[in-house]
Amino acid sequence: MAGDNQTVSEYIVHHLTNLTYGKLPGGYERYDGSVVADGGAWVMAHGGAEAADMGFTAVHVDSMAWSIGLGVLFSALFFRVARKASSGVPSGFVNAVEMIVQFIDNTVRDTFHGRNPLIAPLALTIFVWIFLMNLMDLVPVDIVPELMMLLGVEYQKIVPSTDPNITFGLSIGVLILILFYSIKVKGFGFAKELALNPFNHPVFIPVNLFMEIVGLLAKPFSLALRLFGNMYAGEMIFILIAALFGAGMAWMVPAGILQIGWAIFHILVITLQAFIFMVLTIVYLSMAHEDH
Amino acid sequence: MNINLTLIGQVIAFFGFVIFCMKYVWPPIIAAMHEREQKIADGLAAADRASHDLELAQEKALDRLKEAKVEAAGIVDLANRRASQIVEEAKNAALVEAERVKTSARAEIEQETNRARETLRSQVAVLSLVGAEKVLGATVDKQAHADLVNQLAAEL
Repeated sequence: MAGDNQTVSEYIVHHLTNLTYGKLPGGYERYDGSVVADGGAWVMAHGGAEAADMGFTAVHVDSMAWSIGLGVLFSALFFRVARKASSGVPSGFVNAVEMIVQFIDNTVRDTFHGRNPLIAPLALTIFVWIFLMNLMDLVPVDIVPELMMLLGVEYQKIVPSTDPNITFGLSIGVLILILFYSIKVKGFGFAKELALNPFNHPVFIPVNLFMEIVGLLAKPFSLALRLFGNMYAGEMIFILIAALFGAGMAWMVPAGILQIGWAIFHILVITLQAFIFMVLTIVYLSMAHEDH
Repeated sequence: MNINLTLIGQVIAFFGFVIFCMKYVWPPIIAAMHEREQKIADGLAAADRASHDLELAQEKALDRLKEAKVEAAGIVDLANRRASQIVEEAKNAALVEAERVKTSARAEIEQETNRARETLRSQVAVLSLVGAEKVLGATVDKQAHADLVNQLAAEL
């Protein structure tokens, strides 16, 4: 546990706080009593309250770094395979990558009935990237934060997909693609679809517009919240189990069993969530391409 | 759970990785896989063709074998006929030869018989004369009785 004089709730809160770098407004009184100069200052937040007071002008350094780091890892691994890809006999890691690519290709072909060279690589990126981000959930919750504490970094949340910023970032990316392809494929038809569905009468245009726009926005919301909810809950249970380890010697064995059980179950969850996000993205983009 | 600039950062990163994947990762891998698929399909087709060819070749070989068998049977048949013909001819030749040998032997025997008879005949005259001389105890005039004896000898 991080610091022996912590209470359990402090321990949990510590695990759920992002390492935040952001701009505090001028005149803000910091945790040590110092006051931020006029015009504000970019600083590392100390604790959740300061991070919250930074508002929108802040970056979760840990989420961002882990997310981009895992993205780079994915790109590097797959790029290496892509460079030596040949029609000869594949072996080792190339085999594994090709299996994933084949799987994605089949899924896209089954779900997406158009011709768009973006969809398959998009699906591959989403699947592998989200899978890697979720995979960080299986790293024991204390290892990285403790190591980081030794290095002088106060907070560290290593599962990017437990940060709504990350999941919403992904789903907003998908929303942008949905809008882009809807307009590109349907043109003015997209506006008509929004305005004249489901009640095809001019009087109902406001009602239709409202319903369709809610429907449209529900897509990224459901994508982001589903992934975030699942991973956040999973992470929370890992943290609670970890807290149980600190409850005394008698709790070691049950906590260990719980830890193993939940970790095994979570292997399924992280794969499933990555897959769901990918499939729904393909489905939404497939709908965006359908011209009635 | 604050929504902040991380969101924007993630959107940018998202497009960055997707574009990288679309440009440098997906096309070479999928192209290589399709190429391999094509290669395997070609290989299978070639194997199919080869096995079909093999079947044809086996059929042809079987036909040739059958033909050869028929031909061999014909040759054996011919040889048998020829052999029996030769045996027949040899038998005939042997019969003819045997007849000839028999005939010549018979002629020789007859000749010998005749010669023996001649000899006997000539000796009978002398013997009978000697005998008669002994019986008569007197010399017999050879000249006087020669005709008689010769007559006797001729009768033998």
